Amino acid sequence: MKYTTIIGLEVHIEPNTKSKMFCGCPQNHFGAKPNSQTCPICLGLPGALPIANKEAINKVIKLGLALGSTISAKSKFYRKHYFYPDLAKSFQTSQKDNPLCVGGSLLGKAINHIHLEEDAGKLIHQNNISLVDFNRCGCALIELVTAPVFHSTSEVLAFTKELQLIARYLDISGADMEKGTMRLEANISLLLLGSEPVTGSEPVMLPDYKVELKNINSFRFLEKAIEAEIKRQELELSQGRKIKQETRGYDENTKLTFSQRSKEDSQDYRYFPEPDIPPIEIQESRIQELESSLPELPQQKREGFEKQYNLSKEYIEILVSDLTRANYFEKACKLNKNYKLIADLMINKKLDEKYLEPAGLVKKIIELTKTDFIPASDVEQGIREVLSENPDVITSYKNGKGQVIGFLIGQVQKKLSGKGDPKLISAKLLEALHG
Amino acid sequence: MNTPLTIKETQDGLKQKKFSAVELVDAYLAQIKKYNKEYNIFLTVTEDLAYAKAKELDKIGKFDEPLSGVTIAYKDIFLTKDIRTTAGSKILESYVPVYSATSVKKIENAGAIPIGKLNCDAFAHGSSGENSDFGATLNPWDKDYIPGGSSSGSGAVLSANMSLISTGTDTCGSIRLPANYNYLVSLKPTYGAVSRYGVIAMASSLDTVGPLARTIEDVETIFNVIKGEDGFDGTVVNKKGDESKKSKFKIGIPREFFIEGLDSEIEKNIQEVINVYKKENVEFVDVSLPSTKYGISVYYIIQPAEVSSNLGRFDGIRYGNDRDFLGEEAKRRIMLGSYVLSAGFYDSYYDKAMRVRSKIISEVDQVFMKDEVDALIAPVAPTPPFKLGEKINDPLSMYLTDVYAATANLCGIPSLALPSGFTKNNLPLGFQLMGPRFSEHQLFELGKLYHKEIDYKPKTAF
Amino acid sequence: MTKLTKKEVLHVAKLSNLTLTDAEIKKFTPQLSKIVGFVGQLSEVDTNSVEPTNQTTGLTNVFREDKVISENILTQGQALSGTDNTYNGLFKVPAVLENRT
Repeated sequence: MKYTTIIGLEVHIEPNTKSKMFCGCPQNHFGAKPNSQTCPICLGLPGALPIANKEAINKVIKLGLALGSTISAKSKFYRKHYFYPDLAKSFQTSQKDNPLCVGGSLLGKAINHIHLEEDAGKLIHQNNISLVDFNRCGCALIELVTAPVFHSTSEVLAFTKELQLIARYLDISGADMEKGTMRLEANISLLLLGSEPVTGSEPVMLPDYKVELKNINSFRFLEKAIEAEIKRQELELSQGRKIKQETRGYDENTKLTFSQRSKEDSQDYRYFPEPDIPPIEIQESRIQELESSLPELPQQKREGFEKQYNLSKEYIEILVSDLTRANYFEKACKLNKNYKLIADLMINKKLDEKYLEPAGLVKKIIELTKTDFIPASDVEQGIREVLSENPDVITSYKNGKGQVIGFLIGQVQKKLSGKGDPKLISAKLLEALHG
Repeated sequence: MNTPLTIKETQDGLKQKKFSAVELVDAYLAQIKKYNKEYNIFLTVTEDLAYAKAKELDKIGKFDEPLSGVTIAYKDIFLTKDIRTTAGSKILESYVPVYSATSVKKIENAGAIPIGKLNCDAFAHGSSGENSDFGATLNPWDKDYIPGGSSSGSGAVLSANMSLISTGTDTCGSIRLPANYNYLVSLKPTYGAVSRYGVIAMASSLDTVGPLARTIEDVETIFNVIKGEDGFDGTVVNKKGDESKKSKFKIGIPREFFIEGLDSEIEKNIQEVINVYKKENVEFVDVSLPSTKYGISVYYIIQPAEVSSNLGRFDGIRYGNDRDFLGEEAKRRIMLGSYVLSAGFYDSYYDKAMRVRSKIISEVDQVFMKDEVDALIAPVAPTPPFKLGEKINDPLSMYLTDVYAATANLCGIPSLALPSGFTKNNLPLGFQLMGPRFSEHQLFELGKLYHKEIDYKPKTAF
Repeated sequence: MTKLTKKEVLHVAKLSNLTLTDAEIKKFTPQLSKIVGFVGQLSEVDTNSVEPTNQTTGLTNVFREDKVISENILTQGQALSGTDNTYNGLFKVPAVLENRT
């Protein structure tokens, strides 16, 4: 039997704000001493109240604008209730109706919505106890939810890589999977081919279950984990078994997914609008302001690189996939027009690591290229032009001012963009002057 | 010594050296030692702290801050750094906060002497004080009766003359009811006038923090100290209401509040209040607030829903005991709240209640705007203090005690409750004046007009 | 009259993270039924043309600037001061199960 894979994604991105979502504790918790970055608000002490971080909201709107989402004119926070030791308040302040960004797409894949919420603390599991560190609790967290529109692992990979790149270009997050500032959950199910409705009038029928694959923390695992889960489901279905709705994790040792939590007892989050945080209203002018502040995005950069520098697709991809290198390249190209050589030296020789400033790399290029002069005929043409443009300088020379020769050599070299052989220019120039 | 009953008497006495701050603390502590065991008013007495502060004040000898030398006792739902705070619940029996509430900080910065933490219904769930996990507080005016809740200790502490002022919280009458049952003045401020930061949340969209004292002037002084933005409660704004001197007031009498079920002594007393006001050229109009009859139902959906959410954090992991230590009423409200929010019931209960709340608000707004009334007059409770144990086994009948209180909390408007006499059994009587948002100043003016006319004098039970 | 079943009461208790005794279940079931029945009177109110109110301030856009507020940050000792169940600067809780199958 043949199946179509159907995958929907939930991507969490920790924005690079200075402070947490609803309090003044540091957002960056990487490597901090456990429970050293909490306050009454994020530790869920009695009597504490939240106030939303303005910059976190701006960052979500920027992401939404970059992905073509509609920014909600009115938005609000909700309380999402569940009990877990790492959730200090017993509810997560999140969004539900009217999230900040609705719709949008990336690489042709429809985005359902993007919203803002707070992170939970971290649990460390030991033999028969669990330990909780609340440094991460209350950190701002962006959640992006796609429609169930992915049909292969490669599509998922391309989407998440591009999203990561956009987050970095927008400077809203490092979006680093290894550091946990970007995390992925995939809802995976399989549909028996031929079971879709034939007419296009109805929405595509979805399977009656989905398995949530959680805690994917690197691109390498992403591919393996999704493949493993698809295989598992294929096997189950081909043997006539029904697939349980549940949450599963991936074990890199066994290369298999394993059940984490059954979803049969479906969650009832008892959402209600957060009374402690007045609603958000986003004026059109605010949206325009943020939109005009958006930097060039990866796709624009790719197109620009192709048009301006005529590089190969591989080269463009390597440079664009790293904003620092892309910027380095552009800066170098402003100083020297040997674009392909600059790209070569960066990509194959990693000279951008050696020369931290593009000017250093360009100096190197000039050294490397100085024997590579343009033909003598071009030099002669240049000399003719310079001489016809500077009759008074010729007069000075003929009146005995020999030092003007240096000026004329410089003018010729400028016309030739520095690519003329200086010795040849000097010889040909004297030849012309003395006719 | 005979302790003074107002802030002015206290500060005048201190300035004129009729007594020292330490002597005041002596007197209050003596009263506490004499009566607290029987009446169960204080959960924690901060004797050392009170003496330290009093000595400091006596040493400086200036008494020029708004609350200099004023003894304060807090409802035990206000967090006090390094001082045990229980919320009246065994789940926090030995909880010592690492920070203080904004209002506590403001009061202490204004020169007050903190004397202790007051009994209350656990997590402020109750109208009688009987839901405290540390036992009920008795009414100093008659110990067979409840002192009103949930700020039960906050009312009793003043009628028992164990402190000069106190604080309470009012989610549905919890300041006004004990004030009313103890012959005191109190203010439930506009929602958003006083920061709730550091006050243990009951129902976030309804909770307010306010003062109890014996005169309108004192309540006004405390209100001016605690109000205003602190950067930690996003619902608070620094807003000045209308502070003009009005030559003529107009008060609305909501038809729906004077119906069957209202105690005849209360009804008669309020009629006398109206007559006093009429002599002072205050105009009265009949107004109608038809949806307020649903107030209690709206309240007993929204409040438990928010309670179920706010009490989730008490899980025994970071502080406090585990959830088995929650009392019966807390459990009942959490259950009720989870139920009305749960899948399949949200729309018919929680969402419905939020919509009926909108209707009540728009009717009340209409009366203030269209009928141009400055205030609404209403009973605080349907009956004078009732006997201990009378309603404890019938939660619904207890909930109905809140019928007159609900409107102000659901609408977020201020309400001033003030004493207006005694029943034939010598139990306190009072009434409330509700005004538009941020109209506290006009409510104080109206209250003073009445108290001046009847030549009101503060009274304590002993 | 609304009547909560024992099953519903147990479900709600689970949602609420409460472990009720049999006596409590017996007591709460009729009490909750009575209260839910009473507040159910709201169904008679026509609310089609009104929006829900979840807060009364009329405020919008109350935000913080993105700044670290150092004076509000608790030390590890303060953060852990409410419990004895700690281990190496962490809060200790009963094992949260991740059933590996």
